[in-house]
Amino acid sequence: MDNKLNITINGLPVKLEKGKTILEAAEKTGIKIPTLCYHKDLCVAGNCRVCVVEVVGQKRLSAACATPCEEGMEILTNSLKVRNSRKHIIELLLAEHNADCTKCYRNGNCELQELASEYKIMTQDFIELTPLKNYTIDMFSPSIIKDDSKCIRCQRCVRTCAELQGVNALTVAYKGDRMKITTFFEKALNDVVCTNCGQCVNHCPTGALVEKNYIEEVWEAISDPNKHVVVQTAPAVRVGLGEEMGMKPGERVTGKMVAALKRLGFDSVLDTDFTADLTIVEEGTELLTRLKKAIVEKNTEIKLPMITSCSPGWIKYIEHLYPDNLGNLSTCKSPQQMFGALVKTYYAKARNLAPENIVSVSIMPCTAKKFEAHRPEMHDSGYRDVDYVLTTRELAILIKQAGLDFDKLEPARFDRLMGDSTGAGVIFGATGGVMEAALRTAYELVTGREVPFENLNIMPVRGIEGVKKASIKIENPLKEWAFLDGVELKCAVAHGLVNAKIIMEAVKTGEADFHFIEIMACPGGCLGGGGQPIPTNPEIRKKRAEAIYAEDSGLPLRKSHENPEVQKLYKDFLIEPLGEISHHLLHTNYTKRERF
Amino acid sequence: MNPIQSLIRNLANQYGRSRENLLPVMQGVIQQEKFLSEYSMIEIAREMDIPAAEVFGTATFYSFLETKPAGKYIIRVCKTITCAMKGKNQLLFAIQDMLKIKVGETSPDKRFTLLETNCLGWCHKAPAMLVNDEVYTEVSPERVREILTKYMNENN
Amino acid sequence: MAYSYQLKRVDFIFRNENDWEKVLSATIKKKPEELINELISSELKGRGGAGFPTGLKWKLTAESKAPEKYVICNADEGEPGTFKDREILSKVPYKVLTAMAVCGYVTGAKQGFIYLRGEYKFLEAELYKAIDEFQYYCKEIDLDFKIKIFMGSGAYICGEETALMESMEGRRGEPRNKPPFPTQAGYMGVPTVINNVETLVHTWTIFKYGAKKFYDLGVQYSRGTKLFSVSGDTPKPGIYELELGMSLQDFVYEFGDGDTKAVQVGGASGFLVPRKKFKDTAIGYEGKLVGISLPTGGSMMLFNSSRSMFNVLDNYLEFFREECCGQCTPCRVGCQQLLLGIKAVKRGEKPASYLNKLLKLTETMQLTAKCGLGQSVANSFSSIVENFREEMIY
Repeated sequence: MDNKLNITINGLPVKLEKGKTILEAAEKTGIKIPTLCYHKDLCVAGNCRVCVVEVVGQKRLSAACATPCEEGMEILTNSLKVRNSRKHIIELLLAEHNADCTKCYRNGNCELQELASEYKIMTQDFIELTPLKNYTIDMFSPSIIKDDSKCIRCQRCVRTCAELQGVNALTVAYKGDRMKITTFFEKALNDVVCTNCGQCVNHCPTGALVEKNYIEEVWEAISDPNKHVVVQTAPAVRVGLGEEMGMKPGERVTGKMVAALKRLGFDSVLDTDFTADLTIVEEGTELLTRLKKAIVEKNTEIKLPMITSCSPGWIKYIEHLYPDNLGNLSTCKSPQQMFGALVKTYYAKARNLAPENIVSVSIMPCTAKKFEAHRPEMHDSGYRDVDYVLTTRELAILIKQAGLDFDKLEPARFDRLMGDSTGAGVIFGATGGVMEAALRTAYELVTGREVPFENLNIMPVRGIEGVKKASIKIENPLKEWAFLDGVELKCAVAHGLVNAKIIMEAVKTGEADFHFIEIMACPGGCLGGGGQPIPTNPEIRKKRAEAIYAEDSGLPLRKSHENPEVQKLYKDFLIEPLGEISHHLLHTNYTKRERF
Repeated sequence: MNPIQSLIRNLANQYGRSRENLLPVMQGVIQQEKFLSEYSMIEIAREMDIPAAEVFGTATFYSFLETKPAGKYIIRVCKTITCAMKGKNQLLFAIQDMLKIKVGETSPDKRFTLLETNCLGWCHKAPAMLVNDEVYTEVSPERVREILTKYMNENN
Repeated sequence: MAYSYQLKRVDFIFRNENDWEKVLSATIKKKPEELINELISSELKGRGGAGFPTGLKWKLTAESKAPEKYVICNADEGEPGTFKDREILSKVPYKVLTAMAVCGYVTGAKQGFIYLRGEYKFLEAELYKAIDEFQYYCKEIDLDFKIKIFMGSGAYICGEETALMESMEGRRGEPRNKPPFPTQAGYMGVPTVINNVETLVHTWTIFKYGAKKFYDLGVQYSRGTKLFSVSGDTPKPGIYELELGMSLQDFVYEFGDGDTKAVQVGGASGFLVPRKKFKDTAIGYEGKLVGISLPTGGSMMLFNSSRSMFNVLDNYLEFFREECCGQCTPCRVGCQQLLLGIKAVKRGEKPASYLNKLLKLTETMQLTAKCGLGQSVANSFSSIVENFREEMIY
């Protein structure tokens, strides 16, 4: 009998390991038990009670998500008692929920709506509660809209904000009928520690938390004959978009996505991967410069470890929680913002366009990018560098509205200028990707040789572990980097802000002796971003990551500094990494914010 | 350090800074301040290294952890069954009439806040009320006037 | 018939006994197993209302292997109509403290807590005095057991044992999923015995006078005595210690005002018994001896014919609507629906048949709510609506 036990589910015998819940046992047996508050990314709450099942011999029903199986249990997942109760609970949730589905952003992708449809809740006997409460909609954030009238109190967002992100911007407040999900003193999300990462949006089963969408604005720009609309697409979008278009997780749809964007009417379809490559050149140079100043010049002002700055959720987080460590951040803008600054300068000049007539749109797996584009300092081109940020989900809406049959689109290629990328730019979309790309370039820059990993795949920085550490010993460097001879370059990678906290505590106390740290706000990196298709869960993230690395392997160029367009950019425009123009356009500074 | 900060620092020193001391610390602030202001909560969060939202979420769960400004004397009239049966409303009318405030309000001189509360555990001596931590039972409208007069005449 | 349903007054709990030192030192000379067996054979069940066998609770905690364990005395007496624990703590605190220390000795816990509801803050200072004296004696006899008071802050649901532990851990008092039970993972995740104040005092009686003395009181399935908090329309409200197993008829004969229309047994979360069922209702734990048998935390509220049962139910439901934690759907939304529902029926906005829909809803709440609060809202609702339907309808 060792560590197995026997139960039956709806009469079917099941043998499984000890410690599994009824829900896990049912899943294994191929029986679906409906859930709402349950999410594979989060701890078990057991509060929605939709997953109740009957355990024969017990007076009360049990929440399948929270009840461990015991030897000999006879479980009924669809008895009359269960069905009636479940239906009641769905009815109760609907009575509490603003069920004006046709006017809801999540119409068609709402877990409550799906349940209501499955259980054919055709009447509303219970008294509607929403008109009795003074709900307000929080629309102050450029990234996220919070509508309490649609909230079903499953607390997935609260757990997400605490467990995955360690941000705790959201909390459960009050009790009884007044219980609600809110922020400190019920302030607007824009006025609290919220990082705009959008993980709450991605984990919300209903329309209570959604991204602020800019769909109409983008359509308007596209339709304006006087505007030249440029679109850039982030690396993670191409491995997520397929899910929105009805494909299985892990499909790479780069070519179809480009084709779709062209059909939508964008004047130029370009790639954020291009500026990802550019970021590596700038950031790699910055790292080496910092190391030189610290090691050779013994400059104690130089802050090490240097930490990546691509993830705007992470940036807002460090501004709030570790404002004293802002000096550790790379001054590089994120690829999106580098792109934006270049579009209205370099690109405008090359294409002979007036920058004020360019509308710069980006497609991101991210909601924090919307906030980032809104930052007052992101005007270095003289205009707003990025005008509109759409999530992967919003792009899918555009495609559907345009009536495109995504499946049938002939793959197309990105336009030029700023459409070329290498595999190194692509892997920015996965946790560890920036680190891997940086090492591929920096190691080669310093030693003149490729990184000593098979096929350039730096496996130690890949994978789902929350905090990853790696080091590379530099031997026989080129003459100008002689001071690095024998230095063991120590790196760390964290994804999910709760893991960022672990690393930052070590940095704060000084016990972390890393040189370079990559931090991404979202679990799995951008491929698990808050703007990615719903649902996102550990399995789906794994599939998307595989797709990213497959995309990388399939590209002829896999090192950022080999990107011909990046080389051309330096030759024609920037002159040199960290030079005056890049300093002006590609680098930024950060704002200290309140922790509380 | 301002008085609230030092109050919270002292409470944290007395009870400890781990999460299980959050209630005692908040109760300590209430004892002196009568309510938890936004500022107090931020300072508690800072002192105990707990997210501010969690402090707020926890405080609002407990009826006695007021988060709205309250007067020096908080009157809590029991509204649960036996007290309701035995004249709680008459008691409330007498208080409202005397202090010129409604339930949920604080008198302009910031001396009295009037609240209703759930069962105080004095059902055999209904109606009952609390003035801060002091219990009064079998309170008739006449008696409540005497009681409140006593508080009114007390020096600050 | 071996059972008599006459009301029998007893005086154990408040009996003035100044020998707690002796009782404590004598009791901890016995082996823990011996004490557990004594408790088990007394058939003492929890007096907070749920009625879990106390001996078994101690046994399970004693058997849990852990370097640290806790004993908690649940003094978050919040059930409407219950006020006995306050009286115990103010009159015989030493019995409670002694019982906690014995429990610590039996289970291996070195730290005890009294979770005292915020409404009883006035007791705190006196109680600490008693604790100081008690602690002094513990030191004298080399008993390593400390007791601290943890003050609540006004939340009925914290009387639920796991909500109480959440509250002690500095969180919102939201009940946890069970299993694990507190005997395995309680306060701070370690094995914890949590007993109601009165339950602890009964263990004192058992340890002092022997299990048999206790067992011989009361009736089968419901042994011993119980404190009753009597309130409402009665000429003699107060606290009374009575043998378990009495019939409600006898109770009303003793405490009624001659016009008793119904009695609420067990507080707002208990049952309303109408006059016609007094005879067939016994007060005790499950195990049907006569008609139905109603367990109770001791709250007995009497209503005479001047009272509107609609208002009574309205008051209870408002209480639950405000005092439930709000985390689980059936309870949070259910309580609001019940309250709005009976008002709508009363006003004629919903048909009388809507009461049937609400009764079905309470069945679902009973089956699916996460904790005892939500599960027991059905008790008062169905017993009032079924017995006084005419008062609910316009």
